[in-house]
Amino acid sequence: MSDHNEHHHHEETFISKYVFSTDHKMIAKQFLITAMVMGVIAILMSVFFRMQLAWPAEGYPILETFLGKWAPDGVMDPNIYLALVTIHGTIMVFFVLTGGLSGTFFNLLIPLQIGARDMASGFLNMLSYWFFFVSSVVMVISLFVTSGPAAAGWTIYPPLSALPQAMPGSGLGMTLWLVSMSLFVVSALLGGLNYIVTILNLRTKGMSMTRMPLTMWAFLVTAILGVLSFPVLLSAVLLLIFDRGFGTAFFLSDIMVQGEMLTQTGGSPVLFQHLFWFLGHPEVYIVLLPALGITSEVVSTSSRKPIFGYRAMVGSILAIGFLSFIVWGHHMFMTGMNPFLGSVFTFTTLLIAIPSAVKVFNYLTTLWKGNIQFTPAMLFSIGLVSTFISGGLTGLILGDSALDINVHDTYFVVAHFHIVMGLSAIFGMFAGIYHWFPKMYGKLMNKNLGYVHFWLTFISAYGVFYPMHFIGLAGVPRRYYSNTAFPMFDGLVEINELVTVFAILGAVAQIFFFFNFFYSIYRGKDAPQNPWRSNTLEWTTPTHDRIHGNWPGEIPSVHRWAYDYSKPGADEDFISQIVPLKEGEEEH
Amino acid sequence: MTTFLNFLIIVLTIIGIVQIVRIIEIAAKLKGPQDKITTDQDNRYNALAMLIVGLGFTAFVAYSFKLWGHLILPDPVSVHGAGIKMLWDTTMILILVTFFITQTLLFVFAYKYRGREGNTALFQTHNNKLELLWTSVPAFVLTGLILFGLSTWNNTMVPDTTNAKVMEVYAQQFNWTARYAGDDNQLGKAHYTLIGGINTLGVDERDSLSHDDVVVREIHLVKDQQVLMKFRSQDVIHSAYLPHFNVQMNCVPGMSTQFAFTPTKTTKEMREDPEMIERMKFINEARAKKGEEAVEFDYVLLCNKICGSAHYNMQIKVIVETQEEFDAWMEEQDTFKTLVSTQ
Repeated sequence: MSDHNEHHHHEETFISKYVFSTDHKMIAKQFLITAMVMGVIAILMSVFFRMQLAWPAEGYPILETFLGKWAPDGVMDPNIYLALVTIHGTIMVFFVLTGGLSGTFFNLLIPLQIGARDMASGFLNMLSYWFFFVSSVVMVISLFVTSGPAAAGWTIYPPLSALPQAMPGSGLGMTLWLVSMSLFVVSALLGGLNYIVTILNLRTKGMSMTRMPLTMWAFLVTAILGVLSFPVLLSAVLLLIFDRGFGTAFFLSDIMVQGEMLTQTGGSPVLFQHLFWFLGHPEVYIVLLPALGITSEVVSTSSRKPIFGYRAMVGSILAIGFLSFIVWGHHMFMTGMNPFLGSVFTFTTLLIAIPSAVKVFNYLTTLWKGNIQFTPAMLFSIGLVSTFISGGLTGLILGDSALDINVHDTYFVVAHFHIVMGLSAIFGMFAGIYHWFPKMYGKLMNKNLGYVHFWLTFISAYGVFYPMHFIGLAGVPRRYYSNTAFPMFDGLVEINELVTVFAILGAVAQIFFFFNFFYSIYRGKDAPQNPWRSNTLEWTTPTHDRIHGNWPGEIPSVHRWAYDYSKPGADEDFISQIVPLKEGEEEH
Repeated sequence: MTTFLNFLIIVLTIIGIVQIVRIIEIAAKLKGPQDKITTDQDNRYNALAMLIVGLGFTAFVAYSFKLWGHLILPDPVSVHGAGIKMLWDTTMILILVTFFITQTLLFVFAYKYRGREGNTALFQTHNNKLELLWTSVPAFVLTGLILFGLSTWNNTMVPDTTNAKVMEVYAQQFNWTARYAGDDNQLGKAHYTLIGGINTLGVDERDSLSHDDVVVREIHLVKDQQVLMKFRSQDVIHSAYLPHFNVQMNCVPGMSTQFAFTPTKTTKEMREDPEMIERMKFINEARAKKGEEAVEFDYVLLCNKICGSAHYNMQIKVIVETQEEFDAWMEEQDTFKTLVSTQ
């Protein structure tokens, strides 16, 4: 591998450098930019449906501008409402927090932090991005079909998603959704295999598994989860395609829809849910673990302290990863499954609280007696710890089958998963962007804009999702186009308006981020070699002359773990992993 | 015009941000070069904000129960619901205590250990005793919670139903139908291929058990009488949700599901409950603002699984009454046999 760096002297064309690039750093940027575009679409959608929930039947010209025939006189149609929540969920979960988060940081950091020239297969890596890109394009195209985009909820339970008669969104829109997701799974698998192989095989000399930064551990476990669970989603999607197009009956049985009697019998809609959630639950951790990995790195660096309990952190990542495979049934407590099965899933689900608690306590202890540098990345990391606690705790209610009965599928669930998985993961992603922006573009993002961005985002995030718990406890089901059909929900007008106001504020706050991001690429201050004075390997590569192959000369070898911050006896408050141990110095 | 104004606002916002950034940058240049990226001043301000916003939020959570507590559903009015309520309260106490301790520590640590020039952090990699403590305490507490949860779940889902009255709740886009089993307390067979005309549930006429079944568009339940609700769906998955009773079960096409429960308060008793009167006053005030007439309290069964465009309005009224009232009401209803023969 050592002579690999010669390759970068080849003349690179625009196409090979920016489009069909096999350089992991460029692919990371491609993932990030694509995810940002998708993210803007999903944020806009959430603003639109929040407006509908706060002020139903009020006409907004802006809705007609964007939604056209779906919002005559600016009043949203129920079908497009359902489509908006469906696509918002799909884009956020898959395109932003899986493709965007994993795609960006796994690609950027894995080779840099383990000391490799590139991914094990640059070509597969490029394919992974382009499958992701085509998948995104198909998803966006599906927004423009006449019968509307998919609208059966991001979980697309059949028979609703299988029968075009049941709702307009289950027509061509759903077909495109399924095609898009199939491509997405291919992308995830190509990426995932590459990540695993790279971490296991291409670590530089001295980089033993136990010296890897926690980011690498989190990414490794995430990639394994993805490789084991995404194929199951693909199988569900394919079987659903068969049911929709070829008259099979995997998920359909005894159905008469809108006066039409179907011939399919013997299938089970619940089977689909098992297949879906077998991916769906690990997916929660595919979204969350990378964020926790990024945070571990940022919290330690910015506290100028070693991460507390490195081994326990690794152990809890592994435990969470393992448990995430045996808890999927807690999404299905109310499907009529055998109550004994419900008991088993309650048991396994509540167990996840133990490794999660360990992680929280370890973060807190890392902050304790630290010398905390409040970079924007650090603010988002602390924000993540806060939301991880708030959202994790309500998991104790939803994971407990008996308590789930009355809050299942209500806004309580919406509040819970947005806080624990949505906010935590997006905070982790922001932390990662602020922290590694210098590595990506050789520039610093403006910190003051970062501060404004964080505080507005943090306040509006809780402003949106905290009150939602009460809406759920009032019994309001999710995916209701409006709450006006039930007198018992009439008292919720004000709290709904409050949520929407914060949602709009939160969306506006993102302008600061997007502006800062693009402004800094061109006009930002030049980044120093190691801006956060961090120990990990990525800060030993050239900041400005970024080359395919990462290190101009030999790949440095590693002599210590990644967390020697403020170690007594050292000249500075950090010691890079490439510095050999001094005579008589103990490893930790 | 509006589009133009929106566009103008966006442009002005961006110009505004650009200007702010320039001012900040010029101000920073005037202060002279800094090699540290975060200054003591940054740390001080952000740490203070952590303390104020963080603890402010934590305090608001405590206050929110006073502010919004009245929005939460009233205590469950079913036998198993009382058990769930106990589990709920226990879990809530645990959650809130943990929440307040950990959030407070987080924000106080963030403030207290803010970076200062010349400070050095403590080099501390792990502490086995401490880690063992905070692994085993949650494990211990969760064991208790799991056992409590499982026994509540078991009591709820697998009750003794020998004396239960059987009825069916049937879902289709976008309405509910109820079928009572009649005197024999057994529902007649049904199949989706038999749906047609007045027989909207596909009940089998040839099955003599169906003759005394009663098909209605309103659910009547008897106070303190256990009811075994069986659920079917005609088209897509629906979910029968009776929030006041802590009852929910999916209705799945091609499959039969069920939930047994015992209501403990009649609609009338509920309407006379002082707490409910207070709630309804609040609701009717909100309705008056929208220009809608005042309503009285009613139980309701609503759909809680996305099922299509009118999902948000798929409901059926539920009335809980005494045995006598129920019998009088039932007396007025036609049996399935009469219904079909008069067709």
